[in-house]
Amino acid sequence: MTEHYVNPAPFSPDAERDAGRALPADASSLALMWLKFKRHKLAVISAFILVVLYASIPFTELIAPYDVRTRHADFIHAPPQAIHFMHEGRFIGPHTKAYEQTVDLHTFRRIYVPTGEADPLRFFCMGESYRFWGLAPGSFHFVCPDEDGTLFLMGTDRLGRDMFSRIVHGTRISLTVGLVGITISFVLGLIIGGVAGYFGGWVDNIVQRFIELIRSLPELPLWMALSAAIPIRWSPILVYFGITIILGLLDWPGLARAVRSKFLALREEDFVTSARLMGASPRRIIFRHLAPNFMSHLIASATLSIPTMILGETALSFLGLGLRSPITSWGVLLNEAQNLAAVEFYPWLLLPMLPVILTILAFNFFGDGLRDAADPYT
Amino acid sequence: MLRFTIERIMMMIPTLIAVSVLIFLIIELPEGDILSNRIDEMRASGEDAAIARVEALYEQYDLDEPLFTRYLIWVGAYPGNRGFSGLLQGDLGWSFTYERPVSEIVGEGIVLTVVLNLATVVFIYIVAFPIGVYSATRPYSVGDYGFTFLGYLGLATPNFLLGLILLYYFNRWFGVSIGGLMAPEYLGEPWTLSKFLSVMQHMVVPVIVIGTAGTAAMIRRLRANLLDELQKPYVTTARAKGMGETAALIKYPLRMALNPFIADIGNLLPSLVSGSVIVSLVLNLPTIGPVLLTSLQTQDIYLSGFILLFVAVLTLFGMLVSDLLLGWLDPRIRMDGEAPS
Repeated sequence: MTEHYVNPAPFSPDAERDAGRALPADASSLALMWLKFKRHKLAVISAFILVVLYASIPFTELIAPYDVRTRHADFIHAPPQAIHFMHEGRFIGPHTKAYEQTVDLHTFRRIYVPTGEADPLRFFCMGESYRFWGLAPGSFHFVCPDEDGTLFLMGTDRLGRDMFSRIVHGTRISLTVGLVGITISFVLGLIIGGVAGYFGGWVDNIVQRFIELIRSLPELPLWMALSAAIPIRWSPILVYFGITIILGLLDWPGLARAVRSKFLALREEDFVTSARLMGASPRRIIFRHLAPNFMSHLIASATLSIPTMILGETALSFLGLGLRSPITSWGVLLNEAQNLAAVEFYPWLLLPMLPVILTILAFNFFGDGLRDAADPYT
Repeated sequence: MLRFTIERIMMMIPTLIAVSVLIFLIIELPEGDILSNRIDEMRASGEDAAIARVEALYEQYDLDEPLFTRYLIWVGAYPGNRGFSGLLQGDLGWSFTYERPVSEIVGEGIVLTVVLNLATVVFIYIVAFPIGVYSATRPYSVGDYGFTFLGYLGLATPNFLLGLILLYYFNRWFGVSIGGLMAPEYLGEPWTLSKFLSVMQHMVVPVIVIGTAGTAAMIRRLRANLLDELQKPYVTTARAKGMGETAALIKYPLRMALNPFIADIGNLLPSLVSGSVIVSLVLNLPTIGPVLLTSLQTQDIYLSGFILLFVAVLTLFGMLVSDLLLGWLDPRIRMDGEAPS
């Protein structure tokens, strides 16, 4: 008697329906969003870059070889130092070549020539002391220069401060400005847009007109006027919060408008009606059914407005109206490169624009990816 | 069309009032005012004779009145110590730092600001239109990707830096003098062809710098719209019936995609004006940008207030023009709200 064949694989009633899909049809929205987001290659790369940049924020002091204020009086406007591996034909590991300074007596410019002396780099080392987040003292760095050598990966500025260390410190400020600003704008947008969408009628009308009004005003002059109103005697940290609040105050209208229109559109959807008919409370409808629907859109559009804020801070600080030293942001650094001498003689002073461009691009692509993923069912 | 135009202009009046209130509040935000500061300074240095003069100014400009009254006086809807004399009467106020009427200071700068922004708008349309059409008709080609990349780069580079770098290279490659609006030898000279050419030369960098971000946005918008249109069945029908490629592009899809292209200028203008302010500062152009910065720093309220108001009115006016253009192009918009006959 021939044996009856039985497929040993477990039987799934959904197998036919899910064939050809990467995920089962009843997969959660989050899983679907993740799947869709992964398809946007640039967005994934951008997300990775952003994660790396933001992950550096807690460890700023450890990454930067020098403190943000350390001046090297002997190395003013020194060009970036290259990292070498071979010394006199022999491999001795990563090291820098010591600079020798001469002054050109015709132009009075300092000229730095690498000498033959090799200064090997040290890793996971004790170097310059600092106060971690301005609180705990420490001196551990991931990378330090040789005891009597220097490490200027991106050159030095007019006071002989290491540009790389300053850019790393600027990252902490510049990247968080956008986050704090967007939080303020997000909360304002949710509340105002929600109120307009919920009450409708004349409240909605007034809010709508107000949104149009703010959106029609040029941002930068208003930012300038508002930040000029920040009292000079405020401490740098207060100025920092003042600037983020100003950036957030003018950004909410776009978000509020999105919340309002989503609110109005979703209220009429069938699934909301059926939820109501099944006796769901308004709170359950709002938080369980409405919020997940527009939250993803909202987060995506919020992500897209972070770069505007970062650029806004950069522009304000560049004009001298925003953050001021001793707080170091990318804009503050660029403020020092605001002359043609920098472009002509010390182009490395313009290097802070690289992280600015990289971050803005990354946020734009990441936001695009999120926006596509926010609607996983299309 | 006439009715639409009038309605649209009437709608601007409440907006203008709201804008002026908002701006007045913002410029009044910093504590203290320029004259009180100056009086304190003079008192500290013992210049009693000058104090009387400043106090007279203080009195004359009603700075001791409450906020709301001062607003009305500024606008010219309430008689101050100088009678009805405010924006409505054409009196723009007095600049306390320059010690001249505001109108004298901003006069030339305003013309230049308008010219600069107009030139940028023209630049954006001229550049964005062909590139947008090219990218939409040849999507995912090397050219399309190239322009998209350039556009993103333009969006991400801070305006002021781009200005600085372009200025340097224009000077190096083409010998255009650094900063300002014309070569130094033409300053104060009567208008000649070569002076005009020099001005045009100096406009190139600011126009490119201010226009890049806007151009990038426009290209993306036009490309997306045109792509959507080109995939519609009526285009296939037109092709199937033997219509030429160019005609099948220009006759209907392009016209449909043009609407948002024009409407978008309303969204674009605020950022253009913003851009022109900061770029003028970096490139040292005699627009109202640099004056705005100094007046904000010295709390010269009538000067900064008028400039902010002017900048806002410029964008509102731009939106008006784009709305009117749209109404003229698209009957659906101008008929909206009218009873169907």
